[in-house]
Amino acid sequence: MFKYTIKRVLLMVPTLFGAACLVFFLLRMIPGDVCELRMAGEGGYVDEDAIKTCQHDLGMDRPKFVQFVDFITGFAVFDLGESMWTGKAITHELGLRFQLSLQIAIMATLVAVIIAIPLGTISAIRQDTWLDYAVRTFSIAGIAIPSFWLGIMIILGLLISTQAWFGEPWMPPIEYVSPLEDPISNMVQLIWPAVATGYRYSAVATRMTRSALLEVLREDYVRTARAKGLLERIIINRHALKNSMLPVITVIGIEFAFLMGGLVVTEQVFNLNGVGKLFVESVQNHDYTMTQALVMLVATVFVITNFVVDLFYAWLDPRIRYS
Amino acid sequence: MTAADVTSVSEIDELRSQKTFIEKSADMFRKQPLGAVGFFVVLAMIIMAIFANYLAPYDPTLNDFAAMLIAPGADYWLGTDQFGRDIMSRLIYGARTALFVGFAASFVGATCGLVLGVMSAYFGGTFDLIFQRIMDVFMSFPLIIMALAIVSIFGPSTQNVIIAITIPFIPRCARVVRSNALAIREIPYVDAARALGFGHARIILRHMAPNVMAPFLIMLTSFVGQAILTEASLSYLGLGVQEPTPAWGLMLQGGAEEYIESEPWIAIFPGVAISLAVFGFNLFGDSVRDVLDPRLRTQ
Repeated sequence: MFKYTIKRVLLMVPTLFGAACLVFFLLRMIPGDVCELRMAGEGGYVDEDAIKTCQHDLGMDRPKFVQFVDFITGFAVFDLGESMWTGKAITHELGLRFQLSLQIAIMATLVAVIIAIPLGTISAIRQDTWLDYAVRTFSIAGIAIPSFWLGIMIILGLLISTQAWFGEPWMPPIEYVSPLEDPISNMVQLIWPAVATGYRYSAVATRMTRSALLEVLREDYVRTARAKGLLERIIINRHALKNSMLPVITVIGIEFAFLMGGLVVTEQVFNLNGVGKLFVESVQNHDYTMTQALVMLVATVFVITNFVVDLFYAWLDPRIRYS
Repeated sequence: MTAADVTSVSEIDELRSQKTFIEKSADMFRKQPLGAVGFFVVLAMIIMAIFANYLAPYDPTLNDFAAMLIAPGADYWLGTDQFGRDIMSRLIYGARTALFVGFAASFVGATCGLVLGVMSAYFGGTFDLIFQRIMDVFMSFPLIIMALAIVSIFGPSTQNVIIAITIPFIPRCARVVRSNALAIREIPYVDAARALGFGHARIILRHMAPNVMAPFLIMLTSFVGQAILTEASLSYLGLGVQEPTPAWGLMLQGGAEEYIESEPWIAIFPGVAISLAVFGFNLFGDSVRDVLDPRLRTQ
């Protein structure tokens, strides 16, 4: 187990290195750079010398290889550098935004778990009944409905229902409040994007719960439990559900890492200034350092989540032994 | 025996085979009621896309400033947007864009994944190891983020959106195909083919690839829905299909949120179209998986 853990940690290095190469060279293939964009933004006339100075200041006139080594060594010691667009430290820019996105991500996960596990269980127990079909349709709809549209519809629903009940249309506030300062207004603001993202997320988990539980319910030990007259409720809760949680946890873990992608669009709809929005902006601004930092952040979260899920697996199921 | 008899006999045969085909389909639809629903949604979308110019009541790109922001009614069934364009016509033409992007991206992505996945399993060893690490790198980004990065390199256009969606599909398909192909590689006929002196390309394409068609088709059908959804998301972010091409995601951008309170139909209908289309493809894909993958059968 110890050996396996070490091996897995070491295997993260090439993956992250590959991701770094990919993002570094992809970004530099984009025509135009941050300097040209910034100068062009100030007026029609673009001064060649000014661009040169700007590029020199940002260290973009150095050979690509030197820049790459600089980026990799910086990342290795957790020094992300400064944003090319705003000139501020990336850690500073990320701080609040990351907090916001992480909070939505965690809330969305909770929403997903609350929806997925009961629905998946019901669907499996009542397999091939109208209830099963209803749950499956609901969950397939979750994958089909774009989360940004669901967000727009939630806003529309809020506007209409508040208009009808209070006579005054109401929309969730745009300004972010820390949950430590004012937990209620923080919740009121973030619950909607969390639902919009979480519903989609729950769909995969519901389906996984259903199919995993179906498989476990056909096992011999479940038949034995039934044969000795155990209550169906106990069989499901204590015997079957526990053993069917493995793949569900994997799915939840992997999807958590991928939540970033979902947040890109959801944050746009709710006009939240989170990591997803920052990503879209920094790609559009040719902000190399910021985009690199964000991509590496996503890749790192993904790799670590995968690793934790694998370890969790071994802990949950003693039969799994990594060697 | 006259000529007429022969025709009638062959007609009877034809009828018989037709009947069994219908019976077969009816049988399948009975076993897979959700799949049947999906199939008809997909069929309706394809018909909409092909016959868009006959079905659409108006020109989808025509700006009629005398008919701006009209509520759904007899003249404009689903209303008009802030430029006076008929929403229903834009939805019908939008099916063309969505299907084109969806089919092209998933077909190319899955096929490349098929070939690369089988190659990886067939050659094994160092090639497989390095190839798997590269796939890991590509898989460590969410689809939409990968697509975003690619679109910003090539610039937003329909063609580039297809490329941007295709590239993240390749490793996803390659991985699944590889794990299936690994088992096939152990079957003696592959060794037999090598002993006969066949080239690598021939063994990979003619001998191994046909035997991993089930996972390939499963991935292919599940990709179409994802591709349509990703295209809509990219277009919504302004990085996908560009105006004035009618595309569902694009219809939700800009005006939709601005006019949400007074003219909600601008935002509602394109979203319904995206959801229905992806819903249909996913239902259909699920049944394809159930039929092709015996391990997942419910009996």
